[in-house]
Amino acid sequence: MDWSNVYSQALTQGIGIQAVIFCLAAIGLNVQFGYTGLLNFGQSGFLAVAAYGLGVSIAYAGWSLWVGLLVGIAAAVLLALLLGIPTLRLRADYLAIVTIAAAEILRLTFRSVTFDPIFGGSDGINRFADDFYRYNPYSGPVKIGPADFSQNDMWIVTIGWILVVILSIIVFLLMRSPWGRVIKAIREDEDAVRSLGKSVYSYKLQALIIGGVMGCFGGFIAAIALQSIQPDYYSTDLTFFAYAVLILGGAARVLGPIVGSVVFWFLLVLIDGALANAVSSGAIDFIRNDQVGQIRYWILGISLMLLMIYRPQGILGDKKELSLDAR
Amino acid sequence: MRRLLLGISAVALALWALLVGGAPAMAADTTIGGVIKSDQEAVPGVTVNVSDETGFVENAISDEKGRWRVVVPQAGTYTVLIETDTLPPGVSLRDPDRTSVEVTVGEGQTKSVLFPTCDAPVSSTSKLDQALQLTVDGFIFGLTIALAAVGLSLIFGTTGLTNFSHGELVTFGSLMAYFFSAIMGLPFIVAAAAAVFAGGLFGFLQDRFFWRWLRKRGTALIAMLVVSIGLGIFLRYFYLFIFGGNTRQYAEYSGQAGLVLGPIVVTPKALVGAIVAVVFLAATVAWLRFTRMGKASRAIADNPALASASGIDVNRVISIIWAAGAGLAALAGVIYSLSNGVSWISGFGLLLLIFAGVTLGGLGTAIGAIVGSIIVGTMIQLSTLLIPSELKNVGALAVLIIILMIRPQGILGRSERVG
Repeated sequence: MDWSNVYSQALTQGIGIQAVIFCLAAIGLNVQFGYTGLLNFGQSGFLAVAAYGLGVSIAYAGWSLWVGLLVGIAAAVLLALLLGIPTLRLRADYLAIVTIAAAEILRLTFRSVTFDPIFGGSDGINRFADDFYRYNPYSGPVKIGPADFSQNDMWIVTIGWILVVILSIIVFLLMRSPWGRVIKAIREDEDAVRSLGKSVYSYKLQALIIGGVMGCFGGFIAAIALQSIQPDYYSTDLTFFAYAVLILGGAARVLGPIVGSVVFWFLLVLIDGALANAVSSGAIDFIRNDQVGQIRYWILGISLMLLMIYRPQGILGDKKELSLDAR
Repeated sequence: MRRLLLGISAVALALWALLVGGAPAMAADTTIGGVIKSDQEAVPGVTVNVSDETGFVENAISDEKGRWRVVVPQAGTYTVLIETDTLPPGVSLRDPDRTSVEVTVGEGQTKSVLFPTCDAPVSSTSKLDQALQLTVDGFIFGLTIALAAVGLSLIFGTTGLTNFSHGELVTFGSLMAYFFSAIMGLPFIVAAAAAVFAGGLFGFLQDRFFWRWLRKRGTALIAMLVVSIGLGIFLRYFYLFIFGGNTRQYAEYSGQAGLVLGPIVVTPKALVGAIVAVVFLAATVAWLRFTRMGKASRAIADNPALASASGIDVNRVISIIWAAGAGLAALAGVIYSLSNGVSWISGFGLLLLIFAGVTLGGLGTAIGAIVGSIIVGTMIQLSTLLIPSELKNVGALAVLIIILMIRPQGILGRSERVG
């Protein structure tokens, strides 16, 4: 069994592309779920509209990368308005149902044959981000300790972590501003905030938009890093991976998404790799090679359950801050 | 901690023991596949049936590129049959008599089978007849959703839990029916009854050993909601692990000819399924209205503390509600899979439609859930008159969002403040 390879793979993924994508998605969720208490189960939809906004602008309309990014952000804002206006006045679980439904609507629309000329059907949009890699300052593969990145991966990962730092600083500043205090108060007791004359509805809508826009950068990174936008990547599982990352790290903590994504992806890839090794070397014979990939979803499901039951505050969080209740 | 792990592993072991015999061996896949095209256009949604003499039967449905593929258990000769009634209007086989082909495939090989098609003269059915047909199909589909939706709604009403793993209860039913009929060799009717019973038992045990324990710990409702998502993901991929990714058919009633009733065509199995669904739904409503247990459950929905104070054994009633709800969900799974095939993800695919039905009717009311589901089912089918059928669920979910905007308490819900 090649343990050093498994370990270096896990480390590479733990600070690599997947960790960055889910960290960004979780930062957005943190604003919505962690600080405001909004149950957005459609984060994958925000990532999808951003990715497709970018991809369609470049590949279909022939605009530049920068215009594509703006289109993606505009699409995320629009989605937040569409979802928020009807549901933010209602109980928390309505937002949950509507957002998960909207994310599914988007995915089905993106992969449909009807819109194939624009969105590329189930094959999606591919090879559109060459512009991005033209600015690549790295001239060869980079090794950071045991972690190993190709030239292009290193460039996108660098940009990704810079974005993570910028957004985390923004979240930090936002949450210690008066605006952030109102947001946290809404999570604790909506009626109290309302009685102080604040418009709870508009604050929630703002939080939904900000969280959606922050999450949509995860969509950009995913689209550019893979040079491919596949509709089924943006399934509801993506949302729940982001939730697992956020809850593991600690919701309502600025560093929560960062710690969560690094730890989660490191462990996930480590377990994945170890299992794959054990299976191919014959140490485990009740799992077939093609089934190893399914095990990570078991881990996702079980870790969501265990975390929510035993440690809803995650690694960094404060339990008192997370006694959300719908009724 | 121990208790949870125990619960999970007990469920896992039980499923494992029951289903592992049915897992196909897929060393190097032996497959039969093909592409269905008319002119240069791919034809999606066409059902192809592969079978052999030893009783292996499996269906594949062509995807949006017109591709279909079936993994067969071993080398040998198979009969490949295209179900011509699943061809879209305007497309027919170039040779109408060549609906089935015998092919021989070697171990680890992939054999491709083509069914040449051509544009047929567009069928002469009028828009009105089409609408009638779709209404009937949709109504039947709605009844299936309603069976699952009632359970979801009752569980929500009594415990406040929005159960995102309800779809996995539906899948459980269809997998169990497959297990009892295809692997244990029971007649389908017996297998279906056993599956519904197993589903009820599964729900009862889930509540008794898992959800009741969470309620006792004082886990918040939102936390429980996230727990149900985790449970759903785990169960879904556990089903995939055991059952594999293919869609399979129940051996009996698989390629049934439709009954012609005036302008509409209905397969007998769909008709029987609909009648069974109506009977069970009516029984559930009557049970809630007229029995002591039903009254008790409504009392708990209204005010759990008060119900408990007036001598109702709240936990017992909730367990029974869970058993009934899960049993109905399993029945929905059996009826759905009878026409659409058994797959690990079918329940999850229905989950959002179930939510749509429940929300449309009003969260927490049984009759509302039934009416809402039937509207959702009918609307989904009817919408294919106007939009491509691959987008029909998009329309249904969009309507859900619009309804919430106008009437958040649902059609039959009490108009109370839900914000």
